[in-house]
Amino acid sequence: MLEVENLSVAYGAVQALKGVSLRAETGSITAVLGANGAGKTTLLRAISGLVSTQTGTVRFGSRTLTGMPVERIVQSGVGHVPEGGLVITELTVAENLELGAAWRYGRRERARHLNEVYDLFPALKERSSQHASSLSGGERQMLAIGRAVVSHPSLLLLDEPSLGLAPIITANLMAVLLELTRQEDLTVLLVEQNARSALSIANWAVVINLGTVVVSDRAETVAADSDLRHHYLGF
Amino acid sequence: MRLFVNITLGGVAEGLIFSSVALGLVLIFRATNIINFAQGAMAMLTTFIAFSVLGKGVGYWPAFLVALACGLLLGGVVQLTLVRPVQNKPPLNAVIVTFGLLIFLEGIAGAIWGNTNRGFPAAFSQKGLVVGKTAVAFSHFDIFIVVAVLALSILVGVLFRFTTVGLRMRAAAFAPEAARLLGVRVGRLLTLGWALAAVAGALAGLLVAPTSVFSPGYMDLILVYAFTAAVLGGLDSPLGALVGGVITGLALAYVGGYLGGSLQPIGALVLLIVVLMIRPEGIFSQPTARRV
Repeated sequence: MLEVENLSVAYGAVQALKGVSLRAETGSITAVLGANGAGKTTLLRAISGLVSTQTGTVRFGSRTLTGMPVERIVQSGVGHVPEGGLVITELTVAENLELGAAWRYGRRERARHLNEVYDLFPALKERSSQHASSLSGGERQMLAIGRAVVSHPSLLLLDEPSLGLAPIITANLMAVLLELTRQEDLTVLLVEQNARSALSIANWAVVINLGTVVVSDRAETVAADSDLRHHYLGF
Repeated sequence: MRLFVNITLGGVAEGLIFSSVALGLVLIFRATNIINFAQGAMAMLTTFIAFSVLGKGVGYWPAFLVALACGLLLGGVVQLTLVRPVQNKPPLNAVIVTFGLLIFLEGIAGAIWGNTNRGFPAAFSQKGLVVGKTAVAFSHFDIFIVVAVLALSILVGVLFRFTTVGLRMRAAAFAPEAARLLGVRVGRLLTLGWALAAVAGALAGLLVAPTSVFSPGYMDLILVYAFTAAVLGGLDSPLGALVGGVITGLALAYVGGYLGGSLQPIGALVLLIVVLMIRPEGIFSQPTARRV
């Protein structure tokens, strides 16, 4: 279980997060929703250690992640797919995946885990020896997710995986995420602007506005609340 | 014709020395976006250490290895203590730090070993080989230069291309944040990058010393030529450093051989200007990969 308590982050004079608290149950998908600039990306970046926090703690299982360097957080089983994927375009598809697996698995085991990713995303297998710069937007997002799950993390942070993708590709990605969560007992924190597609697979939903949590409830309840949808989710 | 062959052979050997210094510059630039102005001075220091070790009468090869090992150590220590604090600061900070280190190291070397011109022994004979009945301007030592620099380049190539450490180093250089999110300890790899660059430099120092006067400033001009070579090859391409070095070496050899040795620094400058005018990203650089 992921427990975030009273997390505050500021960029200079701008207060991006003001005392955010939330929980994400093991084996569930929690959608983090809200408008542009609400603080969703900052929340993920604070959990994986990419930005430093002013107050608050992040605990995952028995570990306190707050204050640990990014690499150590990743190596305690936290996979972070950043906004836009950040695939390394100068490396090949296979090298990107190798890199994701390298901290955990030796050379021999890696091939097996790469194949698991190719099973999830067959499009990547065909392009394994091509540079990631040649991939389409959807393929890049698949690679970014594949690169994070190849090491079998226990917590997966996803930042707008559907950004810029065609609806059918988004639907496929969401289906894969759902499958992963069920198979692997994975805890997923899914940041999305596309609230409708996120709520379609999420168990829980947290709505953030201007750096504070507005609502935290079951996904169906949030999806059914028309006032909330109109105010914060835009559908 | 004989003059041309001799000049060409000399240019290749000289150029490969530039390559090894340029390789160090490139390794550092692509990992950290810093031009290491102290690359030559660090090589000078390790070569002077080798000089002192030689003075103890241990023979050439132990001294050679000591110099390379000191290079590895020096590169790592410099990165940890001097470069890391300015890593994410405005670029001028790093320029000042590495330039300051250049002056500091030359001062220290002058204080310890004196600012006099000395001689440094070569690993092999520097007498021209005899092909048929004519002597050419290419010695056993020049063969050693070619073999040593090519071996170093191949080692670096294999490291980057085929090992996990190399994969991590490339990732850390191209996309540090993405690399950290994949569990890569970027800080350590930057230290390793500087250490490897300093080894390439240390090798160059040992190769240059026997062919010129040996004094604390003996690498200064080499650094200028190596910088020309690195820019020519594209500043972030190790292969470019190798080829750029040879091209620079040849160009300078022709200028020196046909127009006069005193024109060589101007030749390097002209070459640099021409490259920056025609192909500013260099021969082997991928312009898309360049961070601004």
